[in-house]
Amino acid sequence: MEKEHISSYWSHGVVLTILLALTALSVTMAEFHLGALSVAVALLVASVKGTTVLTYFMHLKHESTFFKAMVAGVFIVYALVIVFTFFDYLFR
Amino acid sequence: MTTSTNHHHEEHDHLGSKMGMWLFIFTELFLFGGLFLVYAVFRAKYTEDFHHAAEELNVFIGTLNTVVLLISSMTVAMSITAIQKGDSGRAIRLLLMTIVLALVFMVNKYFEWGHKFEFKLYPGSPVLENLPKGELLFFGLYFMMTGLHALHVLVGCVLIGITIAQISKKKLNEHKYTFQENAGLYWHLVDFIWIFLFPLLYLVT
Repeated sequence: MEKEHISSYWSHGVVLTILLALTALSVTMAEFHLGALSVAVALLVASVKGTTVLTYFMHLKHESTFFKAMVAGVFIVYALVIVFTFFDYLFR
Repeated sequence: MTTSTNHHHEEHDHLGSKMGMWLFIFTELFLFGGLFLVYAVFRAKYTEDFHHAAEELNVFIGTLNTVVLLISSMTVAMSITAIQKGDSGRAIRLLLMTIVLALVFMVNKYFEWGHKFEFKLYPGSPVLENLPKGELLFFGLYFMMTGLHALHVLVGCVLIGITIAQISKKKLNEHKYTFQENAGLYWHLVDFIWIFLFPLLYLVT
């Protein structure tokens, strides 16, 4: 097996700290009455958290470009599914 | 004539195995993604009802479970570092910690759902069926999505348990830890899904 990049224990600790901070942010933001914006803000913070998990914990940062492209592709396809569903729903 | 070096071909294909797990993860993303899509459309249709129903959820337990899963993601990631450094003992301890955290999550879930059941809020209950349509939908989605997620938590525990057994039997080490890496990927997926479940169910009130 080829020599793989080894993430340090410390780096994992840093990533967790960032994720916990974002969680705190998310919960705090929920207290403010942002109306229609609240979903967007919640999803934005969740997306940053999710990307962090994918990039560092799931090691995507150190994987080949092919893996990165596959994952990006899957999310793009999913986003399109949502968009097209709403094209239908909103204009019925 | 070329001298042929006798390469001992590994029985396992590390890259192929990892690719396989990622492909499976993509199917899981679409599985939960489909449920999120149902949530999105019905939230758009029954905004008020969803808002009202969501107030029944306990943000504290939800946040606690989020923190528990995030820490468990760290411990499983650290276990990979440990095995890569040849520290099997530490790898096993970190994996055990991950399982403990997963069980804490399940216990929280037990209390959370139990509390709902106390108020007769469960799929198929007469109380639930008499709620406004949007609220009924919200609870249906809540039980379906957190239930399916909890099932994945249990599967993850089994995978991590198998990993611990494999390391103990010296079948996994710093030269061969593909199974552990894939189990870790699965666990991160479980955490990833919850990262989106939490705000959409608990925080958007």
